[in-house]
Amino acid sequence: MNERPGFGMRPVGNGSHESSEDCSPAFPSAEADAGELLAPDARVDLAQERKESQADEVLDALDDDLVGLLPVKTRIREIAALLLIDRLRSRFGIASGRPNLHMCFTGSPGTGKTTVAVRLAELLHRLGYIRRGHLVSVTRDDLVGQYVGHTAPKTKEVLKRAMGGVLFIDEAYYLYRAENERDYGQEAIEILLQVMENQRDDLVVVLAGYKDRMDAFFACNPGMSSRIAHHIDFPDYSTGELEAIGHLMLEREGYTLASDAVPVFREYLERRRDQPRFANARSVRNAIERARLRHANRLLAGGTPVGRPELTTLRPADFLASRVFTLRE
Amino acid sequence: MRITQGTFSYLPDLTDDEISAQIAYALENGWPCSVEFTDDPHPRNSYWEMWGLPMFDMSDAAAVLYEINECRRAYPDHYVRLTAYDARYGRQTTALSFLVQRPAEEPGFRLDREETSDRRVRVRIHPYALDRPQGDRYA
Repeated sequence: MNERPGFGMRPVGNGSHESSEDCSPAFPSAEADAGELLAPDARVDLAQERKESQADEVLDALDDDLVGLLPVKTRIREIAALLLIDRLRSRFGIASGRPNLHMCFTGSPGTGKTTVAVRLAELLHRLGYIRRGHLVSVTRDDLVGQYVGHTAPKTKEVLKRAMGGVLFIDEAYYLYRAENERDYGQEAIEILLQVMENQRDDLVVVLAGYKDRMDAFFACNPGMSSRIAHHIDFPDYSTGELEAIGHLMLEREGYTLASDAVPVFREYLERRRDQPRFANARSVRNAIERARLRHANRLLAGGTPVGRPELTTLRPADFLASRVFTLRE
Repeated sequence: MRITQGTFSYLPDLTDDEISAQIAYALENGWPCSVEFTDDPHPRNSYWEMWGLPMFDMSDAAAVLYEINECRRAYPDHYVRLTAYDARYGRQTTALSFLVQRPAEEPGFRLDREETSDRRVRVRIHPYALDRPQGDRYA
């Protein structure tokens, strides 16, 4: 706070925030224009290009951190490849339209839609498609106003905040309420459509929601459906994948399963899957949270001295106490 | 007569790309931008009309440029300027302000001589644009 700024007359002391490095990513287009065009007979090393874009880091992280989701990963790899090739084409001076990257993620709860959206923003930023790479996550409440004339400014405000990045609309089907024709959601959709069409350079819109309700939403808004190029479906996880997710989560939290707890955990997941309101990875997280509670309680109740192994190991009892096992037939 | 107010006013008018670069610079520094317009070109007219509220929480120049374009569309023959405010302690003032649109024709100013007490002469400047009512000064 003691730093006395220069009142615009001299450069500020440290000047670090004014470095050209900070400013350049804001204008990839200007940068590309400045670059020399390649000769028509030039050869470009694709592997080298790929390395420079650093997209592989994000893609590999996506592979490592997210279990399963093969169709999603394939589509995202395809998009990354397209953007890379487009960039090369522009260096040869081949004009090609900017690809339409608005997307729709459909899938059951807890299948990783939001997580993928965050990674996607980072990936698109590395490939120079968007300038900032931030994700603005909104729901109906952030877009739709409460009274006449409130919706348009509210929606525009959100869109402006998302410019240069990705706008993620969770549970997008709530935007349109078929039963109420005076609902302001329709107005938000119209503004959204207009911006998706006219400012394609400035932001990527990702809609997310459950499959059946999104289908109904698109049936009522055909304009929206046709403006979205990529409809990606997130499949439900198999028990094996859920187990892998569980192990990944435990590892991150610094827990391990006792060897006899592994089959119990699998059994738990199988039973939980058949119950109503199963939310895939989110249910796994909740199961682990509850196991942690029981684990802590068990240690305190035991009253014996504990060491590192006791503190990090979850035993079968921590899972067997669950309602899922008692609630049988 | 081309009026010169704010930063860059002795340069040729900035293109949209150049304006974007300036906005990006302001946003890098954490200065919220706002758009203002007027049709009173007098140099002492410091309070221009605000085009919406100052834009906080913006991270990209495109959003600010969008508002500039909206303002240009609504007031095609007004002066429009972009103002970036530095809220840092010890500064708390406009950090950057420049014109992003000017009317096609700027009639300029005349000097009015006025005799006051003791045969003193005062001179004041009068923009020709002010001879017409607000709203159709540059139509």
